[in-house]
Amino acid sequence: MNAAITSTGQREFHSGAGEQSLSLDFLHRYLLGNYRDLYAATLALDVNDHNAVLIALNLLATTAEADPDQRRAEGRLIARRLALLPPPRVYGLFRELRRAKVNNRRTRAIMRDWLAARPDLAFDAVKYRAAVKDAVRHAHLRPGGELGPFLFTPHRPAAYTTPILETWRRAHYEQAALYKLPYTVAEGFAAKHRIARAAFLERIAPRLTRLERLRLQESARTLGADAVRADLATMPLTRLASYVLALSPDDRVHRRAELTAALRTAARRSAGDQAGRWGAVVAVLDDSFSSYGSGHKRRRPLAVALACHFLLEALASEYTPLWLSGRSDALLARPYGATPLGERILDGLDRRPERLLIVSDGWDNSPPGLAGEVLRIWRTRLDPRHTCAVVHLNPVYDAADFDVRRLAPTVPTAGIRDAENLVALVELAQFAEGRTGLFELRAHLARRIEEFLREDDA
Amino acid sequence: MTDLALTGLSTRPAQTWGGVRLVPLIREKPIEDLRLDVRLYDAEFGVVEVDSRTVYSSYIPHGFVASWASDATPAAAYGTQLRGPAERDRTPSRMPLRFHRRMARRTDRNRLRFLPLHLALEGYLALHFGGPEIAWDEWSRRAINRGLSPRVEEAYSGAAVRGLQDALRVFEIHPGQCGVLVYAADALAAAFVVPHPDDYRALHSTLVHDLYGELIYHYAMLSMPVPDFRARIVDATVRSLAELRAQARQRQQEWAAFHDQVMAGGLLGTGYTYQHVYEMGGYRLSRFLPPFERQRENHIGELITDGTGRLAYLKTFRLSENQVRRGHLLTQLAAAGWNLADTAAALGVTEPELGLRINAAGFGHLLRQDVLDHYRAQARRGRR
Repeated sequence: MNAAITSTGQREFHSGAGEQSLSLDFLHRYLLGNYRDLYAATLALDVNDHNAVLIALNLLATTAEADPDQRRAEGRLIARRLALLPPPRVYGLFRELRRAKVNNRRTRAIMRDWLAARPDLAFDAVKYRAAVKDAVRHAHLRPGGELGPFLFTPHRPAAYTTPILETWRRAHYEQAALYKLPYTVAEGFAAKHRIARAAFLERIAPRLTRLERLRLQESARTLGADAVRADLATMPLTRLASYVLALSPDDRVHRRAELTAALRTAARRSAGDQAGRWGAVVAVLDDSFSSYGSGHKRRRPLAVALACHFLLEALASEYTPLWLSGRSDALLARPYGATPLGERILDGLDRRPERLLIVSDGWDNSPPGLAGEVLRIWRTRLDPRHTCAVVHLNPVYDAADFDVRRLAPTVPTAGIRDAENLVALVELAQFAEGRTGLFELRAHLARRIEEFLREDDA
Repeated sequence: MTDLALTGLSTRPAQTWGGVRLVPLIREKPIEDLRLDVRLYDAEFGVVEVDSRTVYSSYIPHGFVASWASDATPAAAYGTQLRGPAERDRTPSRMPLRFHRRMARRTDRNRLRFLPLHLALEGYLALHFGGPEIAWDEWSRRAINRGLSPRVEEAYSGAAVRGLQDALRVFEIHPGQCGVLVYAADALAAAFVVPHPDDYRALHSTLVHDLYGELIYHYAMLSMPVPDFRARIVDATVRSLAELRAQARQRQQEWAAFHDQVMAGGLLGTGYTYQHVYEMGGYRLSRFLPPFERQRENHIGELITDGTGRLAYLKTFRLSENQVRRGHLLTQLAAAGWNLADTAAALGVTEPELGLRINAAGFGHLLRQDVLDHYRAQARRGRR
């Protein structure tokens, strides 16, 4: 399950993309073959989108192996999960199903229901044209109204009555029309009409989505298109942390007040009603060189650590951050130096907190294994009554172990992808501290599934 | 000065990756007045701001390729060089390089790197061994005129050593780190020390372009992943956090002591022959040769020390067993003034046997052809 939260099949600091996806693929096959019900149940948990899509794909591809009861349960779980996924992921899954030649009745039904539930299929047809066309063709659907001609013979009708389809048709000839289209589509038309990038960004700004805005902000600024302004206060916490880390140190110093305020707001939003209720918290945060991540996931581990820093600040009544490098200014964090986890954990325990959180990839190397020893002795000899709860959160999937790297067997380790899930993960990790068997796990999952599906009905 | 010691540097916990173990060396106080030649910095980084008024000496490591002269052709520095502030603009002694067309285009980017060829090592050996000093009759004209050069030694570039590239990539550079010891399958492959952490950061990735002996190549190829030296603390001794901390510190010291005495024991110690090359601003550049004892570690290299014996710069190359044997032979010859009869007596063999041994070691061209033939005939007769 930790694997399903962290791994994405991308390149990590310590292993390549190939290794990652190979390892993940094996894990999926193993679970599917041996514990099919558990495997399906993970859809109800906070697994990341990449894994949710993989699970759905594997389940649909092996429908024949399931009995009717299982099929029914799986079908509901998949439908519910797809409703929560961002549309590009789902269209990606549909095309993957087509490529894998999976076209059983259940697959077609799920595709039909999902497409029927889309609020504006015409908009989808414009934005994800090829994907919608593939899905419609694969599921043997007959889209109503003008969609059929639009998808299959787009240039035949002289005019469309659906506004967005008509705008799309006009955008071929008229520059003004393309600014009413979604950004990704308009970008192609802008290239076709040879519109200067700065002018294009300036006028398309109102049509940008939240994350497109965040992504384009810096490049737009260098081009002089000031209309592209992301409202930092509305951004999700971890995204925001990534954005901050991508800025140069000078920029960060310059905009310190703005960035800190935005991070604090986002953290308070994520903390919700738990804010200020966690008592004295000490966090050991990893900013060693390995938190750089990789070219694919640039500075992701560090971004998670930075986001956790602000979130814990909001959660705790008394909070002490301990960065591995000894830095005290979180905003200027950069991945550099070794990983002396052991010493830092000692520093943290010295302050006698109620909770100690460790956010690190678990490559303790200065010296190796000291963190594990410190935690072991702390648990067995110095604090056998658990007065201080220690949790290790790991943002990196370790391909060789099919799990995230652990520090010590006595300390629960949870995979983390977005800092926003921190609260839930810490609760879950503590639950896992008391060793649970397969039976308890099944019971827990059954409860989660019920909740998950009930949200649907509500 | 016969001791080679890591004075002024402290050992930190090793980082392992596969069969490669890298041991970082930390300097408490960096050496500010000896820095990497600023042209090397300009070539690649252009980030180091050294005030032009500060007086400092600079050094150029052996085998570095850069555009030294104004004509912008790439050349490799020949031998590590030490220079004072006044001579900063003088071009170093160097070897011009001729690249094929495609490579030349790549060098346009002015990258800083080690010479990725056998040239560097040849240079080393030619620097260390001049050839016969006394023109005994037996030596060929070529040996007298040209010495041992051209000498070809085989070495592998770091990129060919399995796992080294990844190990260097994932290695986490410590703050204040000025050096590293590279182990392959726990055999010391190379030691590298620079005066300043900034220099180290600049040169860390060039270790992969460096040269490693055949022994290291094979060890790295065949080695299983080496285990970490994990810290272990006995529970029974610990009653409080302070004690735990003390224990942790003690483990750290134990590791450093173990490393310096056992793991690096073959490099550090006595028995080296030093040749002082140059002295400048309190720093002294020397080259050293190992004792060429067979069946133990032998490293050749270059080092810079300051007046107090602090190690400022060190670069070593580990010789393979074959190279050690050849070195042994050459040292014996040099010790006997390149006289064959005396050397044979010192080694306890007959003169023809020595002649054949020289030939087998790949130095046949140094002997006159007729002398060598004569030895061969004698050996044949002796066998019959």
